[in-house]
This record gives sequence, C-alpha cells and structure tokens, in this order.
Amino acid sequence: MAQLGTVYNLFFRRNYAMLATVFTTAFAWEMLYDNTMNKVWDNINKGRQWKDIRQKYIQGADDE
Amino acid sequence: MFARSGLRSTQRVFAGARNGAINVTKRAASTSSGAEASPVRLNIAAAASTAVAIGSIAWYYHLYGPTAHAMTPAEEGLHATKYPWVHQQWFKTFDHQALRRGFQVYREVCAACHSLQRVPYRAFVGTILTVDEAKAMAEENEYDTEPNDQGEIEKRPGKLSDYLPAPYKNDEAARFANNGALPPDLSLMVKARHGGCDYIFSLLTGYPDEPPAGAQVGAGLNFNPYFPGTGIAMARVLYDDLVDYEDGTRASTSQMAKDVTEFLNWAAEPEMDDRKRTGLKVLVVTSILFAATVWVKRYKWAYLKSRKIAYAPPKDANVQHRQ
Ligand code: HEC
Repeated sequence: MAQLGTVYNLFFRRNYAMLATVFTTAFAWEMLYDNTMNKVWDNINKGRQWKDIRQKYIQGADDE
Repeated sequence: MFARSGLRSTQRVFAGARNGAINVTKRAASTSSGAEASPVRLNIAAAASTAVAIGSIAWYYHLYGPTAHAMTPAEEGLHATKYPWVHQQWFKTFDHQALRRGFQVYREVCAACHSLQRVPYRAFVGTILTVDEAKAMAEENEYDTEPNDQGEIEKRPGKLSDYLPAPYKNDEAARFANNGALPPDLSLMVKARHGGCDYIFSLLTGYPDEPPAGAQVGAGLNFNPYFPGTGIAMARVLYDDLVDYEDGTRASTSQMAKDVTEFLNWAAEPEMDDRKRTGLKVLVVTSILFAATVWVKRYKWAYLKSRKIAYAPPKDANVQHRQ
C-alpha cells in the first residue's frame, strides 16, 4: 500500500502530473503495440513482402 | 399462436372429411347455435377457399416471384470459378514476388494494347522494383515538358513521378488498331468487373481451342465463355512459356494469368497491405476493449443480478384495514 501511495502522489495527485502520465503512457503504449503487431504481421506474411525479397534485387543492381 | 390455431382448424376440416359427416355434425351442433350448416357445404367451402388461396399464391409467384432475366445466360457470361487467392485472405499481403512477375507479364504482353494510366512509377518503388530499376524504367519513355520561354513544348525523359505511358495516343487510335474494339485501361479492372480476380483469371485462361459447336462468333471476335456475350475482341494472349521469368518460375499459361491478375489487383488496390495491417491492429484492440466492457458491465451488475428481494408481510397488528 505504501508504494501505491507513492505512485498516487507522484503521478495522479496533481493535474499536470496526471496529464503528463496519460500522454507518456499513451505514447509508450502506442510504440509498444505497433512494434509488436508489426512483428506479428511480418511473421504471418513471412516471405511475401517486398522487404523479404528486396535483398535479391538490391545486390543484383550493385553487381551490374 | 395464430398459425397453430389455424392449423388445428384445418385439421378439423380434414378429419371431418375423413371420418364421415357425423363428427362434424356433432361439433357444428355444439358450436353453432340454431342454423344447421350442412357438412357437405362446409367441406366444399373449405376446399374452395384453400384452392383460391393456393391459386392466388401461385398466380402472385408467377407474376412477381421469378427474377426477370433481361439477358440470356450466354449474354451474362459464365460465372467465374472461385479461386483461393492467398492475397485475398484477411491477414495476408500481396506476394510481392508474384507482383514482380505479374508486372513483367503486363509489360511484355498486355502493355502492347492496354494502358495502366493510374499507376505512377513511384508506386513501384519499394513494392515491386528498387528505386534504380524504377528510375531506369521511367527514363525509357519520353514525356512533354512544361512550355518553355517561347511556348514550345519539348520532350524530356520520364521521372518517378510520371505515370505509365499508354500504348496508343488516344482511344480512336486504340480502336483503329484493334478492329474497332477499345482495350480498356487495366488500372482498376479488378474492381470494375464482377468476380474481380476470379473473372480476369478465368477470362485469360478460358479460351477454348475452338468455339463449341453451334456457338455464334462474330467477325473479328473470339469465343470466351466467361466474357458477357461470349464474343470478345481480345484473342487469347497467354501461351505457355511466353515470357521468361527472371526468378526461374515456369511461365505456364495459368502461372502468368495468376501473376498478372494479382498484379492488376495491386494496381487497383495498392493500399491493401497497409489497410489489412491496420485492420489487424484495430481488430485486436477493439476485441480487447470489448472484452473489457463486457467484464465491467458484469462486475457492475453482479450485485443487482445476485440480490434477492423478499417480501416480508407486515404484522397484522400494524395494518389498518379499511372496511
Ligand atoms: C492484342 C491486344 C491485346 C493484348 C495484348 C491484351 N489485350 Fe486485353 N483486351 C484487348 C481488347 C481489344 C479488349 C476489348 C475486348 C472487347 O471489348 O471485346 C480487351 C479487353 C480486356 C479485358 C476486359 C474484359 C471485359 O470484361 O471487358 C481485360 C480484363 C483484359 N483485356 C486483360 C488483358 C490482360 C491481363 C492482358 C495481358 C495478359 C491483355 N488483356 C492483353 C486487347 C488486348
């Protein structure tokens, strides 16, 4: 409970702190979620996307 | 309710007809007061009204029931077979290797007649071609410049922002070169036809070696059962090993048709990959939120649902009865 009290005092007690908390967590959550979901997506579509086959053609262009 | 009682009364009529008149007379006597309804007349009335009801339903169906087909099946064209396109699954992107092959087929075959005017070279970068490849391809064509100081319009090599050039100067030239038929622009073809990918694939692979016996094929037309009307001005264009795929895939007719169809789907919906990825994120988030709302609702309602309201009758002594 003591820790919870500190958390409350630090992040939620004053309005500006609360606002900052909301914005930062929103930002962090968005980054985390997007990254995870993009990983899931790339896994579902392994080998189908341009980034999976790009290497062949970039190297080919260099050799010529 | 109504249906059940209605049914019961018809059963009664039929039972009456089956068991002879006596039953009916009894019941009629018990229900109707006075006026004697002859059982025979009752049966005739029931039979007649049933016949009228069935007749009017039949007449109504005859008049409005069947869909009116303005066209014969041949004019509609054969329904395209449904193929299990992987890129049409909910969470699958285009197969970009197939797009690359399909673009090759478009460039080497279809581009001789069909434009793809809504697709700029920049759209290929990072999806089908590398920047250098796209730039080189754009530079192979000439485009008009802005008017210079003297108002002259000159030619310049293409840039990434230019759109794919059309094979003909204008529609009239295109018609003139194709026996009067205009090869339509393919940019949005997948969205523009019923059946989309299935239709285009069926069309490209559906040319029989010779038209079936009895089929009418107009002059300059080719028989294709999938094309509405069955006579299409485009002849069969894809034959085995027509193109030489750079990735070594064997260029069978159906392989090329599949690749070019997927490519045309990309041309019509270049945003598909991103759209589906965003869709996946939205679905996951909304289902979490939905589960949360359901849980909160149950939590808040739990005590309302589980309480019991009991009525404790007041003690007699406290009640004043008005007489
Ligand atoms: C020799 C020229 C020529 C070539 C090459 C050609 N087409 Fe066509 N295409 C036509 C013409 C002409 C029409 C119009 C047919 C009509 O309206 O009867 C047409 C029509 C079409 C249609 C529309 C059919 C409809 O439902 O209206 C599609 C789709 C099509 N072509 C796809 C392709 C594809 C894909 C390729 C490349 C594999 C290709 N065509 C190559 C000439 C050509």
